[in-house]
Amino acid sequence: MSKHTSMALRRPSRLSPDRLRVVVPILALLAMLVATGFLQPRVMSYFGFTLLLRYSLPLLFATMAQLCILVVGDIDLGIGPFVSLVNCIVASWLADQPWLCGIALVGAIFAYAAMGAFIQYRRLPSIVVTLGFSFIWLGAALLVRPTPGGTVPDWLIAATGFRTPLVPMPALLAIVVAFIAHHLIMRTAYGTVLRGIGSNAAAVERAGWSLLVGRALLYGAAGFCGVLAGLTLSGLNTTGDPWVGAQYTLLSIAGAIIGGAEFSGGIVSPIGAVFGAMIMLLSSSLLSFLNISTDWQLSLQGGLLTLVLALRTLSVWVGK
Amino acid sequence: MSSFRRWTATHSWIWSFLGAGALMIVMLPFLRGQGIEQVGQVAIQFATFYVMVGLGQMLVIALGSGNIDLSVPGTITLAGFVGLSVSSGATGTLGACGAAVAIGIGAGIGNAVLIQVLQIPPMIATLSSGFVLQSLAIAFSRGASAVPSPLLQAISVHRFAGVPDLAIILILASLTVGLVLRQTRFGRTVLASGQSIRAARLTGLSVNSTIAIVYILSGIFAALTGLFLAASVGGASLDMGQEYLLFSIAVVVLGGTAISGGEASPTGVWGAALLLVLSVTLLNILGVGAGVRFLATGIIIVGVLGVTKPRED
Amino acid sequence: MNEPLTIFPNTPAAQPPPAIVDMIGVSKHFGAVKALNDATLSIAQGRMISILGHNGAGKSTLIRILAGLMKPSSGQVSVPVRSRDSEPFGPRQARAVGIRCVFQELSLCDGLTVYENTKIIHPKLRGIGWQNKSRSLIRAALDDIFPGHDIDANQLVGRLSIGRRQMVEIARAFTVTDAPIRLVILDEPTSSLDVTAADQLMKFTRLIRDRGMSCLFISHRLREVLEYTDDIVVMQDGRIVDNLPMSSAVSESILVEKMGSVENKIPDAADTVASDKKRGDRVVDIVANGASKSLHATKGEVIGLAGLAGQGQRELLLQVLAASRRTMPGHKVIGRASYVAGDRQGEGVFPLWTVADNLSIGALLRVSRAGVINLSRERALVARWCADLSIRTPRAKHPIRALSGGNQQKVLIARALADDPDIVLFDDPMRGVDFNTKAELYGLVRRMANAGCTFLWYTTEIAELSNCDRVYVLRSGMVTDEITRDALTEERVISASFDRA
Repeated sequence: MSKHTSMALRRPSRLSPDRLRVVVPILALLAMLVATGFLQPRVMSYFGFTLLLRYSLPLLFATMAQLCILVVGDIDLGIGPFVSLVNCIVASWLADQPWLCGIALVGAIFAYAAMGAFIQYRRLPSIVVTLGFSFIWLGAALLVRPTPGGTVPDWLIAATGFRTPLVPMPALLAIVVAFIAHHLIMRTAYGTVLRGIGSNAAAVERAGWSLLVGRALLYGAAGFCGVLAGLTLSGLNTTGDPWVGAQYTLLSIAGAIIGGAEFSGGIVSPIGAVFGAMIMLLSSSLLSFLNISTDWQLSLQGGLLTLVLALRTLSVWVGK
Repeated sequence: MSSFRRWTATHSWIWSFLGAGALMIVMLPFLRGQGIEQVGQVAIQFATFYVMVGLGQMLVIALGSGNIDLSVPGTITLAGFVGLSVSSGATGTLGACGAAVAIGIGAGIGNAVLIQVLQIPPMIATLSSGFVLQSLAIAFSRGASAVPSPLLQAISVHRFAGVPDLAIILILASLTVGLVLRQTRFGRTVLASGQSIRAARLTGLSVNSTIAIVYILSGIFAALTGLFLAASVGGASLDMGQEYLLFSIAVVVLGGTAISGGEASPTGVWGAALLLVLSVTLLNILGVGAGVRFLATGIIIVGVLGVTKPRED
Repeated sequence: MNEPLTIFPNTPAAQPPPAIVDMIGVSKHFGAVKALNDATLSIAQGRMISILGHNGAGKSTLIRILAGLMKPSSGQVSVPVRSRDSEPFGPRQARAVGIRCVFQELSLCDGLTVYENTKIIHPKLRGIGWQNKSRSLIRAALDDIFPGHDIDANQLVGRLSIGRRQMVEIARAFTVTDAPIRLVILDEPTSSLDVTAADQLMKFTRLIRDRGMSCLFISHRLREVLEYTDDIVVMQDGRIVDNLPMSSAVSESILVEKMGSVENKIPDAADTVASDKKRGDRVVDIVANGASKSLHATKGEVIGLAGLAGQGQRELLLQVLAASRRTMPGHKVIGRASYVAGDRQGEGVFPLWTVADNLSIGALLRVSRAGVINLSRERALVARWCADLSIRTPRAKHPIRALSGGNQQKVLIARALADDPDIVLFDDPMRGVDFNTKAELYGLVRRMANAGCTFLWYTTEIAELSNCDRVYVLRSGMVTDEITRDALTEERVISASFDRA
């Protein structure tokens, strides 16, 4: 394998995996925007964009949460129910008992960090553990709010619907999030160590770094992003629903991976993940503009994910 | 005592039965009005479905190296809808079974192609194929009759001497899976690959075709689960497969099968299925809500992961 | 029984510079195997030391202990420079006193860039501007050691060739932030470097010696050893047997001779039973390619593959195995081949299974019909091979992990033989096997060969080659010598294993 990649290096192929990783999400998003504009010219305005990107914030944060987990080569099958849990906590308590709500949300973040530490300490596959925890999040959400309802304070609703001048807020925020995540994961010294864990954990451990701290920190960061996703979702929905987050598990995985993350090796791209999240969001609008039943939304999203990964495998073959 | 400990080290499935038995005893004082027989029957009825989907998942997990089938919910839902809508037609019950098996085979081949040809990691491959299946089910469900033919429903709930026919068939199927693992080249290859895929390849075992067959079997098991589950409750619904993903993995893990692969215990799957069903029944009897039930299931699974010894390499 | 050897045996006149690290009477056991036996070594400042020895001499164990990665079973490692005796000698302390290592297996993260990998070993590289600091550190080190290199510090390590990765790994060991460098341990540093880079590295080591740093290196290139080192430590069977200061009197042939050990003595050809069977049909034929000689084996022949560990012998075996299952250009293999792994735990044993399961898995075709195994025939097969190889197990259903290493290996050999193969590939299977078991297995190989089975036998023990009819010596993936049984001497094998050019 290594020999082949080195051979590919000397004559850089036009389809090298590194280049595809960056180019594919950008091109795909552009193509989707063009298609959307062509089908539905009214979208190409401030209000059109605001509407189109209305639900981008929770997805954006959920994707960032998944990205944190992917940094160490793990995967999180519980982020969807976790977003539901946060939504239920916010809708039940934030208005009347803000302190309780704050404590619960901080506790949820710590629970996520503990889950990461548990995975590292027992050397368990993340997929089974996060799947088990997904039931705990869902159960907790149902305990907090057995049926949809509750109220979300007006300030949160106003904040998520805030109108920034010229560029709609979701787009602005996407840029800010991309910048911050890129800085933290790709440019800080410790972010580099964390990506090193995903790439060659033994070597990083030999250099004196604690894998336990690293995993706990990343999972904690994922929990924090999950809380942000739940908060923004609450602001948009203005109510709590224990089942509302279910879709975010697939969407976040697909968004992060389409955005350039490898499933192993600590290779992630926060900026690409932002593009990936937008692609996932637009895919459903595009279907409705094309007059295709939204029944096929899951197919399209699952298919896109498969297609991107298949392209990567093919590009490795072509590179050889 | 020490000989018991030694015995349990290789027969860890016993724990799930002990757990199920303990739950049974705990439950006794709460059983007012309804007899233990009735509780047992309901438990077996639902345990049957957990086992049905769990056997396929067990084979996949036994392959080791991160193999897992996350397309189970999609397969269940699609097979439920397609199966029921066919069941009333000319071909009837047989056609429904045929359709379900065909869906299972299709899902399995799809997964195998994604994993082996396109080299997509199993969890991503099966996750996305699962969503494609789910959306096929959504599209199919529009205007399709999601009601089983009377014959199919009768078959799926028929009892023989108080035991559901399906449970008897599943016991036979579990025995068969056990025999296949023990006594066929295919079964030995599954277990060998799960322990050391390098050693298996160097020994000259046909690892690749075995992996493909296992995914196909898992698809068939999931599809039949979908068909009979839908038939026995009197209709298919779009979220019927949802919780079976966790349950399929939970019965494997709780049943004493190592998540790292290389071993498989059909007996343990039964014990774990009974344990899960009984714990849910107990919670129902206690009158707690769905939240506590999910919470308890999650805690049991995470707890078992916490106490089982990780495999040292 | 060994005289304590020091790098400076007799320097009464000048005050000897303080030692960087002292090993006193250090031993290391792995089960019954003594990998390192009562080694005493003092490494002084500003010396180039090379460790020479054939496979299993204890070189790797010695440097791992020096690097703090392995705890000695007995004896003491002390670092006079900073005497904090309360703290056990571990990787952290080794780093703190300035010991750096470059091992053969790379410890770089493929998913990170060159400068990011530099950061991993330097906790102090952080805060604003750490990237530029890291980039200039690694660039400076690369420029110092390999002037004219073409490595971009922003390149992903996974996209570099093996040679360039090795250069990065070496250069990274010479970067300094907090801890100074006193001793750099290089394990076969030039093995994957091209000639220019290897030369540059050796010249660089001379430069740093003048700055007071020391280098300890292992190399199979005798020319490098003779040209660049001050002291040569010769190891044999886990002991340090000689410690020569470099002088004009030291030559390649002296070194080759010193590396030979009593236990490695090859018995005379007359001692072993010569096989007298009809030869002729070639079953393995690998066409010469590049500088390599061609390799062939005939029916019933026992072919030895020698040379230092990791010189392409294993790859050769795997190629033959692959060629026996499908056609491969340049490789002609007739008949079925089966493989016996040397890395028992990694690619041989199925750890959850019993002896019987582990044995029969190789021959399931023989005891099954239409894919269904006939259990009684399987039992008979297992019983026959357990008896044939006198596998000492309480019963066939005993877990394989409860067996001794030697008996586990017998099971693996039985697995390969039970399928009645035409060609058996040995990937150094006798590693860690006790003496009596080895003797039994040697006899078995001879019996099977007389019955017409061909063996390709990679071994790291020179004495074992006496069981072979013909020996090929490999170096850097190429056949450098072909020796028939009568002409086989230890000197010739060692000589062909080391690069004398």
